[in-house]
Amino acid sequence: MAEKFDAIVVGAGPSGNAAAYLMAKAGMKVLQLERGEYPGSKNVQGAIMYAEALESVIPNCRRQAPMERAIIEQRMWVMDDNSYVGSHYRGTGDAGEQPNRYTIIRANFDKWFSKKVQDAGALLICETTVIELLKEGERVVGVRTDRANGEIFADIVVLADGVNSLIATKSGLRPPVKAQDVALAVKEMHFLPKQVIEDRFNISGDDGVVIEMFGKITKGMVGTGFLYTNKESISLGIGCMVEDFKKSGVSPYQLLEDMKNHPAVKPLIAGSEVKEYSAHLIPEGGYNAIPTIHGDGWVICGDSGGFVNAVHREGSNLAMTTGRLAAEAIVTLRDEGKDYTAANLRRYRQALEESFVMKDLKKYRDMPQILHGNRQFLTAYPELLTNAAHTLLKVDGVDKLSKEKQIKRNFVARRSRFGLVGDAIKLVRAFR
Amino acid sequence: MSAEETNSAAAPRRAGGIDLGTWKGVWVNVELERGRVHPVSWELLGEGRKLADHLGVPLSGVVLGPDDAATGEACAEAFRHGADTVYVVRHPVLEHYRTDPYAKVFTELVERHKPEILLLGATTLGRDLAGAIATTLSTGLTADCTELRIDDETRSLAATRPTFGGTLLCTIHTLEYRPQMATVRPRVMAMPKRDEGHSGTIVTESVTLAEEDVVTKILSYIPDANADNAQLAYADVVVAGGRGLGKAENFRLVRELAAVLGGEYGGSRPVAQAGWVSGDRQIGQTGKTIRPKLYIAAGISGAIQHRVGVEGADVIIAINNDPKAPIFDFATYGVVGDALQILPALTEALRARLGHSAAAE
Amino acid sequence: MHIVVCVKQVPDSSQIRVHPVTNTIMRQGVPAVVNPYDLVSLEEALRLKDRLGARVTVLSMGPKMAAESLKKCVALGADAAVLITDRVFAGSDTLATSYALSAAIRRIGQDEPVDMVFCGKQTIDGDTAQVGPGIARRLGLQQLTYVSRIETVDPAAREIVVHRRAEGGVQVLQTKLPCLVTMLEGANTLRFASMDDMFRAARYDVVEWDHKAAGITEVDRCGLKGSPTVVKKVFAPQPRAIKAEMLDATGKSASETVDALLSTLFAKHPNLEAEIRQ
Ligand SMILES: Cc1cc2nc3c(=O)[nH]c(=O)nc-3n(C[C@H](O)[C@H](O)[C@H](O)COP(=O)(O)OP(=O)(O)OC[C@H]3O[C@@H](n4cnc5c(N)ncnc54)[C@H](O)[C@@H]3O)c2cc1C
Ligand SMILES: Cc1cc2nc3c(=O)[nH]c(=O)nc-3n(C[C@H](O)[C@H](O)[C@H](O)COP(=O)(O)OP(=O)(O)OC[C@H]3O[C@@H](n4cnc5c(N)ncnc54)[C@H](O)[C@@H]3O)c2cc1C
Ligand SMILES: Nc1ncnc2c1ncn2[C@@H]1O[C@H](COP(=O)(O)O)[C@@H](O)[C@H]1O
Repeated sequence: MAEKFDAIVVGAGPSGNAAAYLMAKAGMKVLQLERGEYPGSKNVQGAIMYAEALESVIPNCRRQAPMERAIIEQRMWVMDDNSYVGSHYRGTGDAGEQPNRYTIIRANFDKWFSKKVQDAGALLICETTVIELLKEGERVVGVRTDRANGEIFADIVVLADGVNSLIATKSGLRPPVKAQDVALAVKEMHFLPKQVIEDRFNISGDDGVVIEMFGKITKGMVGTGFLYTNKESISLGIGCMVEDFKKSGVSPYQLLEDMKNHPAVKPLIAGSEVKEYSAHLIPEGGYNAIPTIHGDGWVICGDSGGFVNAVHREGSNLAMTTGRLAAEAIVTLRDEGKDYTAANLRRYRQALEESFVMKDLKKYRDMPQILHGNRQFLTAYPELLTNAAHTLLKVDGVDKLSKEKQIKRNFVARRSRFGLVGDAIKLVRAFR
Repeated sequence: MSAEETNSAAAPRRAGGIDLGTWKGVWVNVELERGRVHPVSWELLGEGRKLADHLGVPLSGVVLGPDDAATGEACAEAFRHGADTVYVVRHPVLEHYRTDPYAKVFTELVERHKPEILLLGATTLGRDLAGAIATTLSTGLTADCTELRIDDETRSLAATRPTFGGTLLCTIHTLEYRPQMATVRPRVMAMPKRDEGHSGTIVTESVTLAEEDVVTKILSYIPDANADNAQLAYADVVVAGGRGLGKAENFRLVRELAAVLGGEYGGSRPVAQAGWVSGDRQIGQTGKTIRPKLYIAAGISGAIQHRVGVEGADVIIAINNDPKAPIFDFATYGVVGDALQILPALTEALRARLGHSAAAE
Repeated sequence: MHIVVCVKQVPDSSQIRVHPVTNTIMRQGVPAVVNPYDLVSLEEALRLKDRLGARVTVLSMGPKMAAESLKKCVALGADAAVLITDRVFAGSDTLATSYALSAAIRRIGQDEPVDMVFCGKQTIDGDTAQVGPGIARRLGLQQLTYVSRIETVDPAAREIVVHRRAEGGVQVLQTKLPCLVTMLEGANTLRFASMDDMFRAARYDVVEWDHKAAGITEVDRCGLKGSPTVVKKVFAPQPRAIKAEMLDATGKSASETVDALLSTLFAKHPNLEAEIRQ
């Protein structure tokens, strides 16, 4: 006879784990289903973990969590073909303050997180894929898995199945994810001895560095490159909007190869042993692309709800926060003896609106469109900037004033005065 | 499962318990099955010879079989491949290999003559037998060795074998127990020169055996239909293809070249698993080890597990479109290009060359 | 009928990497899996269970985390799972392993006599293929290795007929229970567990025994102490000094390349051509 649970969570990524953990802690009978062989097995990539978001799910746990390095230095590089201008920030804020961002290796982190979830009392079953939702009229009453006798029932189903959000789409709970709303990121792990990494990045102990790269490395497509230092490896990757890949015909693999060969990047990974090459989608439609995220007997959180802050490249923290808020809403309803109807679950949406999640996403709501419509941000400016720096720094007997004039002329030549002003305004708006 | 069975697996024979000095000589199992000696036995005699000479002890072959001509011939051949002594047990019960009687006889011989080193082929027979007698003798056994040396300092056998899926090698010693046992896969060691003249002493041993004591019976024996596949390991010319050939159909190109060269063909593990070639044609660590005079590898990257299976070849020609492919690190000649182009061209050129000059002879 | 299947948890060797600099194994993130060969034997045991209604117990020796692998076997249909885990087992070679496992099997047999023991053909980490025969010896079981097919099992007559792979042929063997079988790869295809089985496994508590519970008295026959073999050194294969003589085909036609290749080949190896002719 079919099993029945208080809640079924689909997916054991950051959002699913956060939701399952809190519901189990609150004494609910929780079943978590994961397609992968084990949590994190589908998520080999290294990533940045945001401690606040994590610790608002599991209070002060960062000491036990398998963090790789605490990020004490952030580098922003605007890349030209073989040069870059960059800004570096090093420091962790006021003395004594804990760093709030860590590099992690998802495979290890997800495993650890999942252990916590199971210790909290949730039942985890892996290597099992949810293929559809069971409905009674409009209400979701459970899931069907790919295994024989696969029906399982629950009062509420939490969809935390990642970016493709296939289940919700298949069940008509949301429109399909649009190509223009997702980026494709390719990523590699480069293994190097601890010492070599620390020497190359001027760090020691458990300190780490993150480099974000913009400009010509994306060949005019909307996207960024990134480099994270782990204990004994470097996570290196680059992502662009899927639509742009289609248009440009550039292969993601080639893009990554070229990035690895950029004179600024090459020496950082020299002599490393590459382990896995992984490609993964990131929802980057921002606020405007977020679908309905709750209904009768179901909620969506994490990537499958499109919750990623493309501008600041945050995802797992939004995932954990949405998972947390969904769980909190569900637990409150249970405590108040209320039914999990669309109406009652609106408090999940409300909580989100009040949280940083929606505030940030709203803030940058126009970013995607602006970048789409204004390729100069990705091509012209990087080149102009690096040329400017070059011209300015070159000691060739030309006085600085004429140099600055020359630089100004270059800018105006490439973009009309109006263009420049316009661009500036657009950007300022988008960021404000 | 009676308790005394365990005790029959004697308590460990520690150095303290035994005088290592009383264990002398190098033994090789001469694997006689259905009237045929597995060539790995000769390869082991060749290797055993080196070890025995280094230690200054005699090299002996052990032949178990029925009382027939084949058994006698096996003894004679053992001498021609370097044995000083052959211990032979002739008994009808030993006509077919079965674990119990073979293990019983072997352990009794070892107890009697106390060899310090005992080598067997890593065949289905050798592995089955080695595992059994090592347990009864309660001593160390190292499987699938790729190198055997004597460690002068301890006078013990230093047996090197792949570990962790072939990514690493490890050297294993059996210091305080005797005999020191090792198995070696066919073709890993070179075939020694056969010496017609060489002979030695035959020691005929008697062991009490009775068919009614043997629980396991042979109902029948089904010889392999495609027994030619067994030839792969011993072929002089081998052509192999890998995933780089793209699809099963393209494997035809490999077979055609092999045919023109009168050689055998094989494949890397992925293509064997994909069924482009039968599993028994897989070449490498978990497949066949080969030592041909000429090995041609097309569309094979040359991963370590493949490499260990082919390094014994005299000449290796690698065809790969990636100049950085690891196979070029151990091939003799490397062709950077498309195998789908090169293979047929090679087949044509050789057909012309060999065919033409063959006619001229 | 009671069948014990020995399974080992092994690192997925296809994912093991050697540290480019220190030449040490990098286990970080290398997943542990059930030794693939053991699954072939487990599947065969489960088929006997389906045919003849047997009880299947899976047994493993290893660290606590090996319980995960045993649970997978339970999901596939094993009735019980026993993990013998104890510091004294650390550093066991095949002799010490077969000692500990056979002791545990005897202990399991006290509750319900064991008629058959299955082992994998070999492991992908140790791959010695010795533990199986070792167990058979110690328990006095008829030893059937490299079995490609189990023809018949007659629990009443306590008789079994199997096809056993030999060099160049197949032996059809008949013997008596109790026996030990190691299956050849490709003998069967592994089943896909049903949802009910997944739930049963997820809730199943693996039985854990230390050496005492496993009925082991002679501790110095376990672990390092009980292991005759000593691993003296572990090292990475030496890259060859001589690299291949390269012939670049790019730009040239295939036939040009081939001609260049053959002339070099037969010039440098004069005997080769003659040998090929034979
Ligand atoms: C290359 C790359 C780099 C990134 N870097 C960062 C970073 O540095 N910092 C950051 O905060 N974020 C980063 N992100 C984003 C971050 O990874 C995601 O936002 C986060 O993983 C979302 O978590 P989730 O739980 O919603 O989805 P996921 O982590 O994708 O988890 C979904 C889980 O559900 C499982 N699943 C899917 N379908 C089914 C099904 N039908 N049945 C059962 N299980 C199913 C999957 O196997 C998976 O385990 C990055 C993403 C990519 C692709
Ligand atoms: C425990 C263990 C045991 C193993 N045992 C074995 C074994 O016994 N035997 C074995 O072979 N492997 C074995 N392997 C697998 C081994 O690690 C490699 O994965 C395997 O050898 C790769 O096979 P491949 O070279 O055919 O495929 P790939 O590694 O995919 O190589 C394909 C090659 O073809 C080249 N190529 C592509 N297109 C063309 C073209 N048109 N023309 C020319 N070249 C082209 C590519 O550049 C590439 O180098 C084992 C692995 C493990 C973990
Ligand atoms: N630690 C272990 N626990 C359980 N079974 C084992 C263990 N080690 C080996 N075996 C069994 O013995 C078989 C052969 O192992 P090996 O001799 O290491 O190749 C394996 O396939 C398993 O069935």
